[in-house]
Amino acid sequence: MGKKLIEEIIHRYDGDSGMLIPMMQDLQSKHGYLPAEELRVLSKLLMIPLSRIYQVATFYASFRLAPKGQHEVTLCMGTVCYLKGADRISESICKEYSIEPGGTTSDRLFTLQAVNCVGACALAPVMIVDGKYHDGVTPDKALKIISKLQPKENSESEGG
Amino acid sequence: MEPKTKAKVQNPKDLEKTMKGIIARKKEGEKVIRVCIGTGCAAKGSRRLYELFCEAAAESGQDIKIETKCVGCHGFCERGPIVVIEPGNIFYQRVEEPDVAEIFRETVLGGRVVDRLLYEDPTSGKKATTEEDIPFYKVQHRIVLAGNGVIDPTNIEDYISVGGYSALAKALTDMTPEQIIDEVEKSGLRGRGGGGFPTARKWRSCREAEGELKFVICNGDEGDPGAFMDRSLMEGNPHSVLEGMIIGAYAIGSSQGYIYVRNEYPLAVEHLRRAIEQSRERGFLGENILGSGLNFDIRINRGGGAFVCGESTALMASLEGRAGEPRAKYVHTVEHGLRDLPTNLNNVETWANIPTIITRGGSWFASIGTEGSKGTKVFSLVGKITNTGLVEVPMGIRLRQIVEDIGGGVQEGKAFKAVQTGGPSGGCIPSEYLDAPVDFDELTKLGSMMGSGGMIVMDEETCMVNVAKYFLGFLKDESCGKCTPCREGIPQMLHILQRITKGEGEEGDLEKLEVLAELLADAALCALGKTAANPVLSTLRYFRQEYEEHIQNKRCPAKECRGLFIYVINEEKCTGCGICRRNCPVEAISGEKKSPHLIDQEKCTKCGTCIEKCPFTAIMKV
Repeated sequence: MGKKLIEEIIHRYDGDSGMLIPMMQDLQSKHGYLPAEELRVLSKLLMIPLSRIYQVATFYASFRLAPKGQHEVTLCMGTVCYLKGADRISESICKEYSIEPGGTTSDRLFTLQAVNCVGACALAPVMIVDGKYHDGVTPDKALKIISKLQPKENSESEGG
Repeated sequence: MEPKTKAKVQNPKDLEKTMKGIIARKKEGEKVIRVCIGTGCAAKGSRRLYELFCEAAAESGQDIKIETKCVGCHGFCERGPIVVIEPGNIFYQRVEEPDVAEIFRETVLGGRVVDRLLYEDPTSGKKATTEEDIPFYKVQHRIVLAGNGVIDPTNIEDYISVGGYSALAKALTDMTPEQIIDEVEKSGLRGRGGGGFPTARKWRSCREAEGELKFVICNGDEGDPGAFMDRSLMEGNPHSVLEGMIIGAYAIGSSQGYIYVRNEYPLAVEHLRRAIEQSRERGFLGENILGSGLNFDIRINRGGGAFVCGESTALMASLEGRAGEPRAKYVHTVEHGLRDLPTNLNNVETWANIPTIITRGGSWFASIGTEGSKGTKVFSLVGKITNTGLVEVPMGIRLRQIVEDIGGGVQEGKAFKAVQTGGPSGGCIPSEYLDAPVDFDELTKLGSMMGSGGMIVMDEETCMVNVAKYFLGFLKDESCGKCTPCREGIPQMLHILQRITKGEGEEGDLEKLEVLAELLADAALCALGKTAANPVLSTLRYFRQEYEEHIQNKRCPAKECRGLFIYVINEEKCTGCGICRRNCPVEAISGEKKSPHLIDQEKCTKCGTCIEKCPFTAIMKV
């Protein structure tokens, strides 16, 4: 792992440093987040200052610098979902599990992601759990869905 | 279904032959089952329906040809999952797994209609057998969305069979690049991403710009919350976008294209990726396209989840591997764009309009719409509306027609309050202006804008101060922070709005908001900042009283802002079941079993749990 993986990713884009973002996306899809050590390797191989890589990593909302939970709970905060009470759903999840939007529960069971709009407004309010869309969600329904999440045996997202 | 033959199409004649071959293979009398797999329908389990139909077809053992295919979004997401059966074009809605066997037996094999799965008009009670009979579709004029719901977006042959890539063939053989630009100019097409800049003028400037290497970009970073037409196009008819881009590349003189897609749209990325692969295999992308000597290829980049990247210069910065910060635009991107080279960027819907303009002619396109806005526009009609979905209407249609005739009016019979257009840069239009024609210039006059086509309907229970607060909160998070007016101005405005919605508004707040708004419009660097105050300005213009009510009387007339209204129990409706009492987190509700309960306003924190839990709607906001 480590260097070999990054070399392979860089090769995928012909070493074009303009493709930094896709490279980082590939790296993240491998680990679930961007491990600091790997970013250092990427910086060396591409000869891009580490500071610029971090600028990119912190600028774009989809990049993560910490491992995520075993499950991914995405709550849509688009206009329609908001009008139909998405903020109350977010509030109740955060209260129940003592997390902030974007945060991960202390047992790493799930990460709560608040996104701008998933473009599924007919289903508002929408919550996506591990890629599955749930429509017409209420605070109660959301908590019920999350309470059914089970810890996985092998954690996928180990550090790099 | 993957195409069977993958030979390159050598020239336009060859394309015609290929098309005829595909149509001939589709035996006459063939039955077709079309299952929508757009994000809306897929979320309600349509992929499983597709599998079940495939199994049923395989097991039927009948001596008839049945094709089951996945198609893109029909637009009527409210009624998903949608399944259409040919022959007869029978439109089934809200189809569930147990319905599959019945549809297969009755309609596919028996040719009979399953009545209970048809759309029923809520006012007349009339059932509609086909899409054309449904009021939601009647007023629409589908050009860009014509292929959605009909073709399989993962199969290039389906696109070719309905005339796909014939516009490209025509452009490459019968037209010079100048003629193409002239035709687009004649059509009057304006950018569908929001700005409404004349497409032909952009193309011509880029064509005339100096430089050997030029780029064309498709902006699929659809960031406006509440807009999803680009997603549906990329998912449902990706080849139409590619074809538009290839024609554009020929007209402009570009050899490399990029499609920048939002990270939140995985299905769009997958369908585009497949479409590009198939297009390359068939020779519509790559070298010497259709024997014309044109070389052009397209690459997909996924966005990183930054709204500001919908702005052209920020998008280009992102494509260069940098943080998506916009730059001042006095240097035009058509001359100095991506990597400082001439770059032409258009929105998904703009590109998807191009093939039809080339096929049917610019004058035909210009015959639709108004003086300054030609053609059609796709809107995503969402919010507190009965029929949520994608609608494509001719420019100039009245807002009322969209909201009432297509949208079926406000949900649950509530009163219409406003429609929000243009996303976070747009504004709210009140009921007095429902008869205004919808086009670029009229919407701007009303203090809103076309934007990318989000149309969010709000009812009497929507607080306009809260709406303005939502958009500013959104923009505060999405401001890139490069210029001071935007970085500092938006949080200041948001702070004032937060105070107002908490009942801490003061005299003079509204004037302060107006001063800050003016400052943003004058001094911010890019469109995000310049238009950031629009949601506040337009709500102040039409709903000033509502702001004043919050500030002076500490009351929220729409009863949405917590603390600015109270919950009370309607004694006549309360059955004394005790559910609210047991669920109240602060024990503010008391009452004997089977007799009306009471809320102690001193203790009540206005959390709203009781109103959610009450099964008898006995709790009211006053």
